Amino acid sequence: MAGATDLPPKGGFSYDNCARNAMLVEKGLKMPGFLKTGTTIVGLVFQDGVVLGADTRATEGPIVADKNCEKIHYMAPNIYCCGAGTAADTEAVTDMVSSQLQLHRYATGRESRVVTSLTLLKSHLFSYQGHVSAALVLGGVDVTGPHLHTVYPHGSTDTLPFATMGSGSLAAMSVFESKYKEGLTREEGIQLVAEAIRGGIFNDLGSGSNVDVCVITKGKTEYLRNHQLPNPRTYVSSKGYNFTKGQTVVLSTKITQLKPKVEVTEGDAMEE
Amino acid sequence: MSIFEYNGSAVVAMVGKNCFAIASDRRLGVQLQTVATDFQRVFKIHDKLYIGLSGLATDAQTLYQRLVFRHKLYQLREERDMKPQTFASLVSALLYEKRFGPYFCQPVIAGLGEDNEPFICTMDCIGAKELAKDFVVSGTASESLYGACESMYKPNMEPEELFETISQALQSSVDRDCLSGWGGFVLLVTPTEVKECVIKGRMD
Amino acid sequence: MARFEAYENNGGTCVAVAGADYCVVAADTRLSVGYSILSRDSSKIAHLADKCVLASSGFQGDVKALQRNLAAKELLYEHNHNKKMSCPAMAQLLSNTLYYKRFFPYYAFNVLGGLDSEGKGCVFTYDAVGSYERTGYSAQGTGAALMMPVLDNQLKSPSPLLLPARDAVTPLSQSDAVDLVKDVFASATERDIYTGDKLEIVVINSAGSHREFIELRKD
Repeated sequence: MAGATDLPPKGGFSYDNCARNAMLVEKGLKMPGFLKTGTTIVGLVFQDGVVLGADTRATEGPIVADKNCEKIHYMAPNIYCCGAGTAADTEAVTDMVSSQLQLHRYATGRESRVVTSLTLLKSHLFSYQGHVSAALVLGGVDVTGPHLHTVYPHGSTDTLPFATMGSGSLAAMSVFESKYKEGLTREEGIQLVAEAIRGGIFNDLGSGSNVDVCVITKGKTEYLRNHQLPNPRTYVSSKGYNFTKGQTVVLSTKITQLKPKVEVTEGDAMEE
Repeated sequence: MSIFEYNGSAVVAMVGKNCFAIASDRRLGVQLQTVATDFQRVFKIHDKLYIGLSGLATDAQTLYQRLVFRHKLYQLREERDMKPQTFASLVSALLYEKRFGPYFCQPVIAGLGEDNEPFICTMDCIGAKELAKDFVVSGTASESLYGACESMYKPNMEPEELFETISQALQSSVDRDCLSGWGGFVLLVTPTEVKECVIKGRMD
Repeated sequence: MARFEAYENNGGTCVAVAGADYCVVAADTRLSVGYSILSRDSSKIAHLADKCVLASSGFQGDVKALQRNLAAKELLYEHNHNKKMSCPAMAQLLSNTLYYKRFFPYYAFNVLGGLDSEGKGCVFTYDAVGSYERTGYSAQGTGAALMMPVLDNQLKSPSPLLLPARDAVTPLSQSDAVDLVKDVFASATERDIYTGDKLEIVVINSAGSHREFIELRKD
């Protein structure tokens, strides 16, 4: 059995702590909640590509843990993926698939296809039967044209012209359902995505802060981080809080001077 | 009760101008009973990189030992210290490996990177990284700390002001949390020196 | 089978700060349940008498019932005694009203602010079943945990155990107290998903009362 201090493992999950944790649960201690991305994520297909969008709030229960997190993950230069659900899962699953895609590109020397990443994602998620809780909107442009898919935590997928996911999905979908049409221009596409995200930001408490957008067209990807910032802080104290030196009672102090790092260069020092 | 609340803890890190501070409380409890009042939750990885581990104390210590082990392997192989970003990824990977049987620790990582650029970050117990430019908090007093830091934090503070701010934020917060307190430990790191202080707090 | 739930939490935060000759009572105007916003403009503050303001968060249904109940009792008191109820009297009445429903409580977290008989600011803070205490400042509701440390740090109430007893009022001027309240709300709104939209501030002093609004984040 792999001990806790063994050499780095080859990969895969470790279930070392499970028996102990089950014992703790049995004794009446509750399992903790994980960091969630309450989230509104969307995507749509336009005239010559795909636009993805996301809000930037991460929550832990009723508290905002991160006001400006990144939910549009890199998969390949021509493929990006929005993630909702447990933050660690969306991050890990997209990272794993993106490195598999990179290796595949090294092996074949060709651009990755959206269906390839879709299949890798869904087979990983399906094998964990929904316990890896990542809900994704996958979009990209490859040799076969623009593609947009949604992936559910259990591994089922959809192929759609416009898609939303996360706790703000209904708010965002109401915008898409009323305004989406085929053959939108690039500007119209970005605008509609931003409006759908704002729908989630303002009407869903799990989503908030800023609008991130990613536009993928044939041969070009633009990541518009913080495309819109509709929620600045509304009030800052006129005086601010000023703490004078010595306000805190210090019991003991230890100061360590840091030596500048010495660069050892080959041979030079001993010569002359 | 949540497993996170078994021992009680409060950890916070803040960024200043070319410096950072990381602070924690000193209480170790078993639920409402205080067991120790000089408990270390902030650990050194190298001169300019520290990690604070809130949550279950036994897991904090185990995780710290594994991290030191992995950092020493890195030093042997690479003949250099880890960058804070690299270290954060290591912690994240170590935690996510135990996705279905986690360590009950919420780490706070703070360090000075290349060109003495401050770096702070926190994670949940399964390694979802959360990078911030201003401050990060964790532990049973996290709600109080969020409120205090959100009001008291200012960008680009000089080391002295940063020290006072983080100390005041920590003290005010743990005084409103039954499970953490008994003074604090504050570590202030600038490119040239490290200042470790034990600060006085309420003893209840 | 689905069970009838008597309560839900509609979120929101209430704060009151007492000064030497004034009292600031403030609450946000967001009404929410789960991840949905039900209203962005729903007041949590009831002006019960000349020098007596109640701010309550919790379950909107109970909050409204409680506030109307108190307003009715205040009116009866006015007719019976030919004067408005004082703030400390209202504080006791609120405690009794809450304890009366000890085993089916009003799901309401109250802060009562006003001026006492000497014209000094006073704040009373409650739990859901009527335990109460006179303090210099207080916060209740979903954002209370975020605000209390900051209020402690800036206003630090003397211990009620001190002998001789010290005044609980804050040393701040009225404008500084209002500034502090606005700032703690802006801070709590950054991190608490249930606090936001607008902030309603009522200031009571010897000149009467004054109400103002400022905008908060709407996400």
